[in-house]
Amino acid sequence: MTAVEEVPTSAAGNPIGFGSMKRVEDQRFVRGQGNYVDDVNLPGMLHSAILRSPFAHARIKSIDTSAAEALPGVVAVITGKTLEGIPRPSLLGDNFAWMPTLSYDTQAVLATDKVRFQGQEVAYVIAESRYIAKDALELIDVDYDPLPPVMDAKKALDPDAPVIRDDKGQTDNRITDVHGNQTWESGNKEGTEAAFAAAAADPDCVIVEEDILYPRVHPAPMETCGSVSYLDKVTGQLTMYTTSQAPHAHRTVYAMVAGLPEHKIRIISPDVGGGFGNKVGVYPGYVLSVIGTIVTGKPVKWMEDRSENLMSTSFARDYHMKAKIAATKDGKILAVDVYVLADHGAFNGVAQPTNFPAGFFHIFSGSYDYPNAHCLVEPVYTNKAPGGVAYACSFRITEAAYVIERLVDCLAQELQMDPAELRLKNLIKPEQFPYTSPTGWEYDSGQYEKTMRLAMEMVGYDELRREQAEKRAKGEYMGIGISFFTEGVGAGPRKTMDILGLGMADGIELRVHPTGKAVLRLSVQSQGQGHETTFAQIVSHELGIPPEDIEVVHGDTDQTPFGLGTYGSRSTPVSGAAASVVARKVRDRARIVAAAALECSPDDLEWELGRWFVKGDKERGKTIQEIALLSHGALELPEGVEGHLDATAVYNPPNLTYPYGCYICVVDVDPGTGQVKIRRFVAVDDCGTRINPMIVEGQVHGGLADGVGMALMELIAFDEDGNNLGGSFMDYLLPTSMECPDWELGETVTPSPHHPIGAKGVGESATVGSPAAIVNAVIDAISPFGVRHADMPLTPANVWRAIQGNPVRVDMAVE
Amino acid sequence: MQVTITINGEQVTSDIEPRKLLVHFVREDAGLRGTHWGCDTSNCGACTLWVDGKPVKSCTMLAAQADGHELTTVEGLEQGGELDPVQKGFIECHGLQCGFCTSGMMMTGRALLDENPHPSDEEIREAISGQICRCTGYKNIVAAIQWAADNPATSEVTA
Repeated sequence: MTAVEEVPTSAAGNPIGFGSMKRVEDQRFVRGQGNYVDDVNLPGMLHSAILRSPFAHARIKSIDTSAAEALPGVVAVITGKTLEGIPRPSLLGDNFAWMPTLSYDTQAVLATDKVRFQGQEVAYVIAESRYIAKDALELIDVDYDPLPPVMDAKKALDPDAPVIRDDKGQTDNRITDVHGNQTWESGNKEGTEAAFAAAAADPDCVIVEEDILYPRVHPAPMETCGSVSYLDKVTGQLTMYTTSQAPHAHRTVYAMVAGLPEHKIRIISPDVGGGFGNKVGVYPGYVLSVIGTIVTGKPVKWMEDRSENLMSTSFARDYHMKAKIAATKDGKILAVDVYVLADHGAFNGVAQPTNFPAGFFHIFSGSYDYPNAHCLVEPVYTNKAPGGVAYACSFRITEAAYVIERLVDCLAQELQMDPAELRLKNLIKPEQFPYTSPTGWEYDSGQYEKTMRLAMEMVGYDELRREQAEKRAKGEYMGIGISFFTEGVGAGPRKTMDILGLGMADGIELRVHPTGKAVLRLSVQSQGQGHETTFAQIVSHELGIPPEDIEVVHGDTDQTPFGLGTYGSRSTPVSGAAASVVARKVRDRARIVAAAALECSPDDLEWELGRWFVKGDKERGKTIQEIALLSHGALELPEGVEGHLDATAVYNPPNLTYPYGCYICVVDVDPGTGQVKIRRFVAVDDCGTRINPMIVEGQVHGGLADGVGMALMELIAFDEDGNNLGGSFMDYLLPTSMECPDWELGETVTPSPHHPIGAKGVGESATVGSPAAIVNAVIDAISPFGVRHADMPLTPANVWRAIQGNPVRVDMAVE
Repeated sequence: MQVTITINGEQVTSDIEPRKLLVHFVREDAGLRGTHWGCDTSNCGACTLWVDGKPVKSCTMLAAQADGHELTTVEGLEQGGELDPVQKGFIECHGLQCGFCTSGMMMTGRALLDENPHPSDEEIREAISGQICRCTGYKNIVAAIQWAADNPATSEVTA
């Protein structure tokens, strides 16, 4: 079902351009020859481990490290006090005990005054082996004075709530963003309020309200976070091998944090074992490995274990939403209003564009055409790990897509209207693009109804509804759930989007060697997306050079140009566009060289894949490989034309790209046990031009599994004492092969009008779109019991409770 | 204590602490880094290798327990410069993305096919159900192992 045009095939059997092509990187991975951070071993390397707080909130009275220091094999034990004594020549504070976050807050590298979440970093041991370092942790004696923790975001703003950030002189648990705001709003407040008031007074209208929680989850890539740092004291060069989705951004942040000159910092992100947003943040452990090499003069490795990963590094979501929708009784949506209480944990460490403190949540108006929408987001500190923007969320579009798609189903139930019919009635029409949404987005392109009808046809929607009716008559509960989502990805236009002042454009460099082989250097960072393959295909598409003749280099700041890295589905929309643009620059230069060689004007030449030829005389031409050699050769070039074909580019996207899709899930629910079985899952995605359809489908498969996890299994919950109840894979349940169905994929192709090759991002589409489809299916199945909503994860216990009419807070331990 | 473990046909002898996990022995003492470590609780299966021909999560076993036994790791799948059909299947069917779980998945897949050369999709899903992949949603891993079943090697892999 690919919509890719037939392209010529290279000698190696690869498409010269777009098409499904086996991945270049697989050759090393299937041989066990990947090179992940934990595979890096430098001569004389030391190991390290972090002592973490057992309390969610406690004052540190004293730390005794003497027994740990006396353990043979221990090289150094570092505490917050040690860090306070290391001067830092930086604008961001005078010592190393605190570091800036990506949201202009501060975070303790090692706690000095208090611990503020369970698992927070308290002391750091450097030793000759990982085992010794872990042993030494047991010998550190910390005297804590426990304080009452704030575990429930809904109690964080109570007048008597314990104050978490007294280090900043706060008297409450509100979060202030860099612009001085404590809440963040989007959309048309007055228009929305008026629309709700009018609907309330109109007997032909309905208003449906629902409290909807997107609970705290964790990206949990298979490889945990870690780094190997080495400061060469003679040259002053800091080399850091690290699990990073954004090596260049991290280099700049380390320069700021450590006060080290940026040209002396080299970040190498070798193979990254999955990221999903977990490897965007800068964590204390990374900084500590840098401090470790500064202190010891030797390379220091830090690799967190799984519990550390789940308990301390970037969580995702934790959005408590009160949402309401107004519509006419015949199903025309009029307005949507959402209030969000956002739990950011103990430090505001969200990784998102500066001007968007709630990320892109305000795309919550969804895929429907109505005039009024408004949201108000109120972030709070709690005694939980920091983070919030991670797990393939496209900067919180996960929460946005979930709330609107849940709300639309609640409305359908209220109106007793088929949820497919309700959606079809409200979808934005193809002729309305570019479409300005009620919260100000400019959706670039879409054929929503076509995509939705394809999904319905693939799943056999009408037949399923008939089956459902028959089964209900027999007391069997199957459900059909639909989700239609629109994302805005590819951040972003630098006039509105930056992280810590760094504009979100991406650089790229293309060199064409004399023999016509090429090297493409990227700023973005694969964590499994297959950049080494797809980026070669983009250049191949533009220049006709076979993909196997194009080497893609990434993951080393010394070898690649600056750019902000891979997250928010931005690699294809931003860096993929840069690859196209830089290849076109090479093509333009090749035209001039070819014209000189063919003794004609560049205007007389015409391009076909891989060669310039004289218009009207197709035999007279030069291939890109011939031109590459000529450009390095003795050919007299026209005035002002330098030799070589090499080019660089920086791509500043004019707008985001807006991938979308329609997902339909079919479940069977056992009302006696609450057990949910996903019978089928149909996913129709439209991500514009597909560079490598095989890889696009793989990206979708992975995101759909995320959806199964979040909808049915995954949860980071806490008890009232602050204990993390999802701190290992025994408790944080991830979907296996048994929970995931045999995905059925379809596609429509509506190219982005402003992207050079019409491509949109797709890496997070399925994670964004699938949870609502699954939850909608489960609620549809159990709606005969009077259930209109229940919060994720829909574990058997939670489904059973919902059926009993007794739903509970899923994110807090209950007696 | 000194242990001698045969890995992919070669003896590795090392002085180790009795508490050393087998996965750490394989990665550090034998220097074979294709076997990965992904959790603390034996849930993820990234460390799966064979002990005497049977798939084992090598984080659940002490290196001392493997003394005198024979291990096969991902590095031992390729025979005489020819990839095992399971390795080929993972490439053919896009059965991997970040590559971190891949070694363990392939070791389980190969072991399954050695016992059951023509498994159903359900049998494959059952076989890999103790291992976690965060990238692929499993569909293409199932397809990769089926590909290997459909395209068996000319030469047998031996433990």
